[in-house]
Order: sequence, then C-alpha cells, then structure tokens
Amino acid sequence: MKLVTAVIKPHKWEDVREALEAFGVTGMTVSEVSGYGRQKGHTEVYRGAEYDIALVPKIRIEIVVDDADAADIVGIITKTAHTGRIGDGKVWVSPVESVVRVRTGDTDTAAL
Amino acid sequence: MSPHSVRMPDLLLVPTAAAPATAAGDTAWLLAAAALVLLMAPGLAFFYGGMVRSKSVLNMMMMVFGALAVVMVVWVVVGYSLAFGDDLGGGLVGDPTQYFGFKGMLEADPEASYPITLFAAFQGLFAVITVGLIAGAIADRTRFGTWLLFAGLWTVLVYAPVAHWIFDFSSGDHVGGWMANELGALDFAGGTAVEINSGAAGLAAALVLGRRVGFGRDPMKPHNLTLVMVGAGLLWFGWFGFNAGSALAADNTAAIVFVNTLLAGCTGLLAWLGVERFRDGHATSFGAASGVVAGLVAITPSCGSVTPIGAMLVGVAAGAICALAVGLKYTFRYDDSLDVVGVHLVGGLVGTIIIGLLASSSVTTVDGLFHGGGVDQLGKQLVAAGVTLVFSFTMTALLVWVLEKTVGFRVDPEHEVAGVDLAIHAETAYDLHTATGGARPHFGQG
Repeated sequence: MKLVTAVIKPHKWEDVREALEAFGVTGMTVSEVSGYGRQKGHTEVYRGAEYDIALVPKIRIEIVVDDADAADIVGIITKTAHTGRIGDGKVWVSPVESVVRVRTGDTDTAAL
Repeated sequence: MSPHSVRMPDLLLVPTAAAPATAAGDTAWLLAAAALVLLMAPGLAFFYGGMVRSKSVLNMMMMVFGALAVVMVVWVVVGYSLAFGDDLGGGLVGDPTQYFGFKGMLEADPEASYPITLFAAFQGLFAVITVGLIAGAIADRTRFGTWLLFAGLWTVLVYAPVAHWIFDFSSGDHVGGWMANELGALDFAGGTAVEINSGAAGLAAALVLGRRVGFGRDPMKPHNLTLVMVGAGLLWFGWFGFNAGSALAADNTAAIVFVNTLLAGCTGLLAWLGVERFRDGHATSFGAASGVVAGLVAITPSCGSVTPIGAMLVGVAAGAICALAVGLKYTFRYDDSLDVVGVHLVGGLVGTIIIGLLASSSVTTVDGLFHGGGVDQLGKQLVAAGVTLVFSFTMTALLVWVLEKTVGFRVDPEHEVAGVDLAIHAETAYDLHTATGGARPHFGQG
C-alpha cells in the first residue's frame, strides 16, 4: 500500500476531488495547510507598512491506496491541479506498512 | 448661577431674555449624548481589538473596558473637582475638595439649563475615552493591574489639569483654566485635552516601555479587519455625542457641529484612501477605517468654529497627513503599536492648529487667517497645542517610568511571545478547533 500526499492550490481542490471520485477513490483526508516553496510568500500592506507574508495557504490531500493505483492517482492529481504557474504544489508517494479499519478490525487492503 | 449653566463662549450666542429654567430639550440631548460617548468605549475596544494579533485581542479590549471602570470612579471621587472646581491659582488646576465625590452637586439648580451631575458625567466619559486611547500605543505588552493603576493616576495627574485649562470657563465668581480664559484658545470638544493629550501620552508610554519582541521583524498585522470596521462605525456614531453633545444644548450650534462631524469623517476616509491608492496601489479597508477616525479626531476641536466646507478641508488635511504620519514609527523605531501618535497626536495637532486658519466668524467669535482674521488666533492655537503636548509627554513618561520601576508595567518576554490573553487573563479569544474546544475543564490541580 502507498500513501499519496499532495499539496495543491486551494482553488484547485474541488476539481481534484471530483477527478479522484470519478476514478473511484472513496475517501481521503484533507487539511488546510500553509508553507512555501520556490514561489515564496507574498506582500500585504497595512497602513502603508509592507509585510512579507512567508507562508502561502495550501490544501493537503492524503490518500492511502493499493500499490497498483498509486501511479494513476498521482497522474490524476498532477493533471487536475496543474495551472502552469509557480506555486502549483507537489505530489509524493510513500510506503505504508499496515492499515486497520477501526470499526471492523479489517486490515491492510481490506481496510482501504 | 451655576458655572456650568453658561454655554462655551466660542459659540454663536443668541441672547435670551432671562436665564432659562432647566431646559428639557437640552437635558434630553445631553443625556443621549453622554450615552453616545459611552458607546465609543466598546467602539474603541473593537477598533483596537481587531488591530492587534489574535493572541492579545482580549487584553486590548480589557484595557479599554478596565479604563472605563477605573476612570469613571476616579472622576466622580476627585477628577471632576480637579477639572471643574474653582481654580487654585494661575488657571492650572481646580479645587479637589469642592466637588469631592460630587459633593453639593445633587440639588437641582433652577437657573441651569441642564443638571450639573449630567454635565459632570458627560465630561467624565471624555476622560474615559482619552485614557482608553493611550492603550493602543502599548498594546500586547503590559500588565493589566498596572494599567488600571496607570489609568487612575493619569486621570488625576494629567487629564484633569488639562481639562481644567481648556474646558473650564470662568463665569461669575467661578474662575476656570488659563487656556480657555486668559489665552483664548478654541477647542470645542477636545483636540488638546483628548487627542493631543492621549497621543503624546501614548508616545511617551511606548518610548519608556520599549518595543515589542520582534518589532520590525515579525509581521504584526491586524488579525481581524472586520472588527476594526465595526469599531470605526461605532466610534463615528458615538462621536456625534462627543462633538454635538459638547454644544451642551439642542440648538443651531449642535446642528452645525453634527454636520461638520459627519463631513470630516467622509473626507478623512477619502483622503486616506487617496494617499494609499497613489502610494501603495490599493485602497484598503484598514485605510478607510483609519481615515474616518483621523477626520473625526481633527474635527473634534474645530467642529464649533469652521463652516461645512471648512470641515471638509479639515478632514482632507487630517486624512492625508495622518496616512503619511503612521509611517514615522518605522523611521524612528518607536513601537506605537496601533498608531495613537500617527492618528491622535498628529490628527489632534492638525485639528487644533487649523482653527487658526479656517475659523469663521459665521460660526464662532473669531476669523482665522484664511478668513482675514490674521495670525492672532493661530498663535493661540499653537500655544495650546504645544503646551498640552509637552505637559502630557513629560508627565506620562515620568509616571510610566515610576510604575515600571516599582510595580512593573511590562509583562515577561515569554508571556509577551506566548500572548498576553492567556498569560494575563487565562483566556483565548477564538476557539476554532474542536480538539481543544471540546476538552473537559479541569479544576484545581486536576
């Protein structure tokens, strides 16, 4: 099993969710996060004073999937979240040792 | 005749055949006006509260509400008597024993057009707002107990004398303050006693207590601009009580002052946004709220001496000059957290001095320079503004220094970084996370 983690632009979140649902992804964990990459932050002005805001708001999606689906899901997220402008985000895949469904006690692939 | 039954001499007086019995209309308006000034306290709490970071919004609001409670009590005990009691000599301060605890003020005076207790309460609320304004200069970093102590002492040592100088008019046997009577400076509702006074005090307090941890490095931006807008709206509404109430009558002067107060807020907003648009490229909500207040600050002393066109000019001058002045703290590196200096000191100076230029004999008793009245009134205004600034700055610096060295005024750096709300009040303003919001309370050492 793999954990697919994606950090994307907030306004792309609905498109990505719809595409993943169409593919058959039934659940995910989503959080509002902030951070920065090459894009860095942005500038805000309050009473004439400029503030460099280092952190940019992003959406983080986490999905645990079967090994076979990981590449497809990364492809769907990458395609859907793409704008071509700086700050589109990143997607990465990491190995998952075991999973338990709390309600039934099902383990691993049966728990996905 | 009670000293307070006469109206301020800078108003256009219509002679009446005999001193009026307590006038129901005047009394009703003054009652409402006093309540409007009280509304400025929560207005100020919102205005300032939105400007601080989310970790200190409760402390900021508590500083304003706490000052309200302390100042009003001190005012009734001795503050009013110091400000409006018979002069002790030189026009410097009133007799603190004369009206101690509102002594001798409860009998109805058939010759006064409103009850003296009502006038005294109305004036007390001015002291409340003045002290509350100072809090903005030292936000995020003060001990609450010491702040309350400061509020009481400052009312007695600084506010009451300055109010005596400029607001206490001589009449009959009663001798008032030097600025209003000997000097003849015009200040309708508190450009000196309220605005310059609080602004200079804020500057002194910010300098003595020092900069916040991370000033100039961390972004200390306003955490909730919607609160700032609500606060500005409430302040504007309350300001009609402050200014038009200072006519002390429901009459033509009150109406002119009302219109002037409305217009200066409007042009203050437009001028501040204009500066922002050309300098920064954006017209901001924070600029709009600040511009309204800057315009209102400057019209406070001048509302009873300028025409509506003059009031618009006052607002434009204050909005533009204050929009530029708020940047001074980065140049000179003093941490006036919420721009009490840039808005209230500078706006107060603009409004007090501009009377010497724009005063019109169609509204008040003299003409300013631009209406052919020469520089005489301008000189008087400069003296009143300058003396208030120097007195307030010096006294406040001394008072804050003594409090810091004795009981301690500033919080520990770790509490300041963690947030004064939690450290001082054991509360946090916003509980938006169910994981901590649903936590069970624990009592004692549980």
